[in-house]
Amino acid sequence: MTVKAWLDTAIQDAERRGLPALKPLLEALARSTAALRTADWNADATGEPDAAHVQHGH
Amino acid sequence: MGTEPRTIAEVARALDERTTTAEAITERCLERIAERDSSINAFITVLAAQAREQARDADRERAAGQSRGPLHGVPVSLKDIIDVGGTPTTAASRVRNDHVAARDATVVQRLRDAGAVIVGKTNLHEFAFGTTNEDSAFGPVRHPLDPSRSPGGSSGGSAASVLADMAYASIGTDTGGSIRIPAAACGLVGLKPALHEVPLDGIVPLSETMDHVGPICRTVADAAIVYRALCGEREPRIAPREASGIRLGVLRGYFTALLDAQVAHAFDQACARLSDAGVVLEDVTLAHAGDIAAVYLHIVLAEAAAYHAMTLDNRPDDYTTNVRIRLEMGRYILAQDYVRAMRGRELLRGEVDAAISGRDGLLLPALAVPATKLGASTVRVGGSEEPVRNITLRLTQLFNITGHPAISVPCGKTIEGLPIGAQLVGPARQTSALLAVATAVEAQLGPGVSR
Repeated sequence: MTVKAWLDTAIQDAERRGLPALKPLLEALARSTAALRTADWNADATGEPDAAHVQHGH
Repeated sequence: MGTEPRTIAEVARALDERTTTAEAITERCLERIAERDSSINAFITVLAAQAREQARDADRERAAGQSRGPLHGVPVSLKDIIDVGGTPTTAASRVRNDHVAARDATVVQRLRDAGAVIVGKTNLHEFAFGTTNEDSAFGPVRHPLDPSRSPGGSSGGSAASVLADMAYASIGTDTGGSIRIPAAACGLVGLKPALHEVPLDGIVPLSETMDHVGPICRTVADAAIVYRALCGEREPRIAPREASGIRLGVLRGYFTALLDAQVAHAFDQACARLSDAGVVLEDVTLAHAGDIAAVYLHIVLAEAAAYHAMTLDNRPDDYTTNVRIRLEMGRYILAQDYVRAMRGRELLRGEVDAAISGRDGLLLPALAVPATKLGASTVRVGGSEEPVRNITLRLTQLFNITGHPAISVPCGKTIEGLPIGAQLVGPARQTSALLAVATAVEAQLGPGVSR
């Protein structure tokens, strides 16, 4: 699941649960998650050391 | 306090010399709680009757020549997230309304074994999930030096109780800085021992792989006394060190890039004083320092959400609004991202080990800003508005990720008189060595505001 798909799903779920205040926090968390996924320590199944995880949609 | 003893070491000496009694010392602490706590709000539960009884027991034992060591008869407070048998552990939350602890946490039992007198349980940020204490079912803790400000958190009531002379030490917990942040904000010494060194049973968890328990005191010597008791040993065994020849890495880059101007100035002055005293200071950086916040966030949110999942579903309205929302955020973290964060954690641990290698430890500011205003969600730092939570965690959370022992010691004051703290980080699992270095550093930097 890409970060964007995750964020869209999370916001929809939060609104369904009556927690609209979560939206800005989830958006901030999404930025943090994107940074985490692009960090250079992540392993990739292709064996490529610098795989761009967000672009590949992991 | 006038000529009254100000530190645990001074109390122990006075009790040994029979110039005072544990009962008298305890009574003064209880009087100050009665006098000042309606405005500071440091305590959730005051255990006056039990404390008086424990103090009288200590006096009887000392009179019979049965000293238990330097904590014997000394009043201490406990963050109200630590179980005392027969007493509520509220965690500053309505979620815990009907809770009564069945037994003492191991750390409490060890304090009792060392003869400490437990005067009460202190206020905190609800479930220790915040750095200001504003989100508490019992109302905010106010800084004893400026009631418009937070004493820092989440162990804010603990720090306030020591600063306001209501206890000689307090036991706090630290998952991202919750001992070191309030210690720095209050001009006190706050020790986060090494990960897994002090038992956590009987303590409400926040993040089970990053939680620590340790003391807030007035001096490093006092922190060492309490630390040894928490480890089950009564006497401090710190090999004294001279400042000259100590070798410290000064963390730069991320760690000094975003500091309040007065904090930066005080830290630079502290480095100069240490250098003049013969401490060898060498600038160091960490390659992945920019990833610290993301790693921390994905671990703490996921672990906290796991612990709170059932009560978030069943009793959501019993949480304060802000804490509930942050806990809910953790329920959306994917397992794969938690695993990525744990991989990053190992990398950061290795980088901190490498930075310390060949040195006695690391030096950096403890808190990037002075005590923040109650009600403020952001604070201005270096020309930008920073979220209070992010800026207060910025310099401490790394060592919860890596587990290295770390201690905050006072290193100056702002022109408004607000305390500023420096942080020392020791080699992995070497808390006693860190305390020895901290003793030498403290001697060069001078006393905190409370001494």
